[in-house]
Amino acid sequence: MTAVTKTNNSEQHSLHHPIYLDYQATTPCDPRVVEAMLPYFTEKFGNPHSRNHAYGWEAEAAVEKAREQVAAIIGADPKEVIFTSGATESNNLALKGVAHFYREKKDHIITVVTEHKCVLDSCRHLEQEGFKVTYLPVKQNGLIDLDELRAAITDRTVLVSVMAVNNEIGVIQPLAEIGKLCREKGVFFHTDAAQAVGKMPLDVNAMNIDLMSISGHKLYGPKGIGALYVRRRPRVRLTALITGGGQERGMRSGTLATPLCVGLGEACAIAQAEMGAETERLRMLRDRMLKGITDRLPEVYLNGDLEQRVPGNLNISFAFVEGEGLMMGIKDLAVSSGSACTSASLEPSYVLRALGVDIEMAHTSLRLGLGRFTTEAEIDYAVDHIVEAVSRLREMSPLWEMAQAGIDLKSIEWAEH
Amino acid sequence: MAYSEKVIDHYENPRNVGSFGKEEQGVGTGLVGAPACGDVMKLQIKVSPEGVIEDAKFKTFGCGSAIASSSLVTEWVKGKTLDEAAAIKNTEIAQHLALPPVKIHCSVLAEDAIKAAIADYKKNTGQGE
Repeated sequence: MTAVTKTNNSEQHSLHHPIYLDYQATTPCDPRVVEAMLPYFTEKFGNPHSRNHAYGWEAEAAVEKAREQVAAIIGADPKEVIFTSGATESNNLALKGVAHFYREKKDHIITVVTEHKCVLDSCRHLEQEGFKVTYLPVKQNGLIDLDELRAAITDRTVLVSVMAVNNEIGVIQPLAEIGKLCREKGVFFHTDAAQAVGKMPLDVNAMNIDLMSISGHKLYGPKGIGALYVRRRPRVRLTALITGGGQERGMRSGTLATPLCVGLGEACAIAQAEMGAETERLRMLRDRMLKGITDRLPEVYLNGDLEQRVPGNLNISFAFVEGEGLMMGIKDLAVSSGSACTSASLEPSYVLRALGVDIEMAHTSLRLGLGRFTTEAEIDYAVDHIVEAVSRLREMSPLWEMAQAGIDLKSIEWAEH
Repeated sequence: MAYSEKVIDHYENPRNVGSFGKEEQGVGTGLVGAPACGDVMKLQIKVSPEGVIEDAKFKTFGCGSAIASSSLVTEWVKGKTLDEAAAIKNTEIAQHLALPPVKIHCSVLAEDAIKAAIADYKKNTGQGE
């Protein structure tokens, strides 16, 4: 192979198309994670619950090491970590498990309108069973009002479930304050931390968190694995959703997937070691992207708080350009949109609507997710591409034309269909 | 969402984008849809004294299918009489562009835009019905 060919190959490799900017949807497995997992598919294949031979012991040791790695990144005791199939199962188990266990004494749950669908849907199911659920609103910046939370807690409240980081807008809820309030009131505090673990420092004791959902594939681990942190002191009890052999302290039966557990553990260890430097790197890239876009395009609006936000997320409305039409114009970028057209329901993002974003502005939003493998060259390419596409589509947009002519779009009687 | 080749072609090379000058004669403008619904089409036709559509222009806020539907109808209405243009059906647009069921409303909007532009032209020239 000649030197020239090598250069070409490495150049092609450095800007892989389409450029992945959807790290809140999922992340690739870190190669170091895959390497750690591989032996547990083949030679170290034992059942971690087999107590009678070395194959089982070897697998059990690997699973317990992974449990320690998961516990370490959230400041927990390994005994408090239960492996699940992912954050959806963890959220289901936390909400339904706690509600069912304490149903004789308490029947009220508090959550937030911007939660992930699996939390909201678990709450809907509990409502059908007779539980009462309060859905707290959020302020324009996406954060809850602690006074509203305080006012919503009653002596019937068993659980408060507030996500750590929102999947669409990346905002960080005031976890320590929520935890302190819940502890004072004697109410359990669950947080869906799928988007937070590995992205920001978390400490279940300092933050008074009683239950925490964790996802593998959001932090460069494998899909199909997650964990639920369940506090032992003061003890949180829950009714299992999956029963059987009584694994995971009876809270989640089923043979553990050793390679997946190992992958989640390794992913947590890597994230914990690299979080400080990675956060700074991502913040620099995020700021570069936001500045690149806002310097060159007018009428661009950031959705959600900029300060209380993980650095790997931007959610931007490009006024007068429809989100799906925009995504088609930036097909070299893998991103997601809050536009109705991208969803089966034909409703724009309920998260953006909850912030009070106008329905027409919700249609114009893009979520840009940055992560471990995002480079400066990719950001610069993405900015150029977005600016070009938005400019082209605005030239084609009757709304842009009217706004430029000074017509107030709200003064027009639109025929809604 | 997988788009048909024709939708992609119209999206990437839209025909007749723009607006006629305010001073131009014989122009009818149709503005349909709503920003809150995620699509707005503006279709303009320029009609000759003989009642034939000589030129057409569009601007659209919307998804690729909405842009393609409006781009397509600017091509189709040119050279047609007002009655012929008014007879264009959304089903023909949807079929030509191979729109999936969730995008049928884009073709409906394009048909509405033609009718609205014709009605505006008639109103402007005192031929209101």
